[in-house]
Amino acid sequence: MSTAATTGEEVLVVEDLTVSFPTDDGLVQAVRGVSYRLREREILGIVGESGSGKSVTSMAIMGLLPRSARITGSIRFRGQELVGLRESGLNKLRGSKIAMIFQDPMTSLNPVHTVGYQVAEAILAHNDVSKAQARRRAVELLDTVGVPNAGQRVDSYPYELSGGVRQRVVIAIAMANKPDVIIADEPTTALDVTVQAQVLDALRTAQQETGAAMVLITHDLGVVAGQADRVLVMYAGKPVEIGDVEDIYYRPRMPYTLGLLGSVPRLDASRSQRLLPILGSPPSLVNLPAGCPFTPRCPIAQDRCEREEPPLVTVTSHPHRAACHFSQDLAGVRPHDLFTSTSADARTEDHPGRPSAGEPTGEGDLP
Amino acid sequence: MTSIDHDATPGSPDALRPILSVQDLVVHFPVRGRGLLGRTTGTVHAVCDVSFEIYPGETLGLVGESGCGKSTTSRAVLGLRRATSGQVLFEDQDLANLPPDRMRRLRRQMQIVFQDPMASLDPRLTVYEIIAEPLRIHGVHKEDRHQYVAELMRTVGLNSEHGNRYPHEFSGGQRQRIGIARALALEPKLLVLDEPVSALDVSIQAGVVNLLDDLQRRLGLAYLFVAHDLSVVRHVADRVAVMYLGRIVETGECEELFANPAHPYTQALISAIPIPDPRKERERRRIVVSGEMPSPTDPPSGCRFRTRCPMFADRLDDAQQARCRQETPELAERGQGHPVACHFAEAVPVL
Repeated sequence: MSTAATTGEEVLVVEDLTVSFPTDDGLVQAVRGVSYRLREREILGIVGESGSGKSVTSMAIMGLLPRSARITGSIRFRGQELVGLRESGLNKLRGSKIAMIFQDPMTSLNPVHTVGYQVAEAILAHNDVSKAQARRRAVELLDTVGVPNAGQRVDSYPYELSGGVRQRVVIAIAMANKPDVIIADEPTTALDVTVQAQVLDALRTAQQETGAAMVLITHDLGVVAGQADRVLVMYAGKPVEIGDVEDIYYRPRMPYTLGLLGSVPRLDASRSQRLLPILGSPPSLVNLPAGCPFTPRCPIAQDRCEREEPPLVTVTSHPHRAACHFSQDLAGVRPHDLFTSTSADARTEDHPGRPSAGEPTGEGDLP
Repeated sequence: MTSIDHDATPGSPDALRPILSVQDLVVHFPVRGRGLLGRTTGTVHAVCDVSFEIYPGETLGLVGESGCGKSTTSRAVLGLRRATSGQVLFEDQDLANLPPDRMRRLRRQMQIVFQDPMASLDPRLTVYEIIAEPLRIHGVHKEDRHQYVAELMRTVGLNSEHGNRYPHEFSGGQRQRIGIARALALEPKLLVLDEPVSALDVSIQAGVVNLLDDLQRRLGLAYLFVAHDLSVVRHVADRVAVMYLGRIVETGECEELFANPAHPYTQALISAIPIPDPRKERERRRIVVSGEMPSPTDPPSGCRFRTRCPMFADRLDDAQQARCRQETPELAERGQGHPVACHFAEAVPVL
């Protein structure tokens, strides 16, 4: 889709990143080996369901995880290793070279300062300019992201603004220092659709104006389809498929990706077409059993899947990789070939609608 | 066929009479000033002149963005919120004038499923107790309660042996199924579904949507499906009503309304929903609305959408704009195939 995606220099390289948290129940393996390379100006979409590790990965990049988190692997920003970097080193990068946009602007903005103060604060933290200059720049930035009457709104407090305008303020702060990487974690999830469209435009403007690469984390396959150059699909703390946006949507090679695509209600599909849910629910990340974590929900799972976790391997062309023992068999397969339009909740023996491939491997997801 | 199946099927003589009829419903909330005895300083116009009907076995989708009044409408339908004026008729009985004991009996006929199952299920009760609670309150199924609850659990796709577990032991989708089982326990005719799948991940959501579909077919239930997600509503609804700032701006058969939306707000809403198809999504033309919904304490005069309306801003002349300012457009058939509340309604395919 975008030529930038394949030609630019690599700005962010994540290699075999793992994050785990000790809890009373045992070690939660939230991220179990994530690797990706982000090139200049590229937009990488990361999709997955709640608990798939997509947010924890980004928090690790920003150095925002609690001290109890155990992090291994490597995160390199323009060659500089971020894992194990001291707070002072991270502070030089955060907000200047790498910026982050969170889901809820009300919690990422400070309620006791005006939005102008907060945008200016971001500028003053990394630049040697006067307060008056910073304020002028703040107004410019707010105007760029489409805050109406930026000259007046600059003196507003967050509570005086609507959700959409607040999120634009957060985007203005993120672009204030022309970052090389913007990480946007569910930036439009809390917003209504008409406002979501406006904020996605603002985000696109910010990315183009600053020339930053962007990691766009979302559960919304529609948003990713419209924005991303490449897509990374995560399941149970690991990437299960990565490729150009068209590869992922039109030529998926991992049953989970197919399942996601089949379960979304689409405005462009026939109304009579039933949705295709994925039975069961994601596994607990404590004491994850061996094998592919999608096995209990997978319609084509075999004995081998319970023993061996498939690595992420190239499918056909170089950038498209999938983690499934049977990805070669999934060429040209569409969601309805694998999944049924059942209304059941988990795979149990009394579900006649289940496809014949593979035997039931587990009854459900209850502990 | 099991004992919880109803006999009402679409097409029977019953289907001709609406099960629920809402006429000119108005719900206002007073805004009070400071202090214990603060005087009323304003009014939130949450729902204004809303009328609709639901027939047995059908689904009416009530859609709109946050603050449009769709949830308030659904509460007023159940008698959980007092209507300022207007009528809610359930099988020709006006809820407002019903004595408490009649209301109590009528409540069995209409049940609600909430958005967040974790917040609507008592964490200290077992699933059996949760589902059996309405049966206990209304004193029904005394003899066969255990079998009946087990059957309800199977009906919603839960393992009936899990009745002694607590809500926290279930996943989000399963919890929502528990909420649905409880709502079904008294064999209602109408289910109000208030954002029933919004809190669920998409792969789980699909199963619950399919379940609601199956239950409707099997039990002949009528649904009032309240949601902000138009893709889900398009999937489940037979008819759709679009709300903006307390008013219904457009209503019609689901297929027809999505194919030929005639109100600029409906057009913007449909065009803003992303489609999970990269090529289609990148080629789409969006109808962009500016700004956000005005405060319902001081709604714009005339047409409430005019402050954000792209047609008002770009295509109407001064005289036409004056009309939008002064005259509230009625929800009426304007030659677009279905009722729409816009003086200058014009069906435009946006998909």
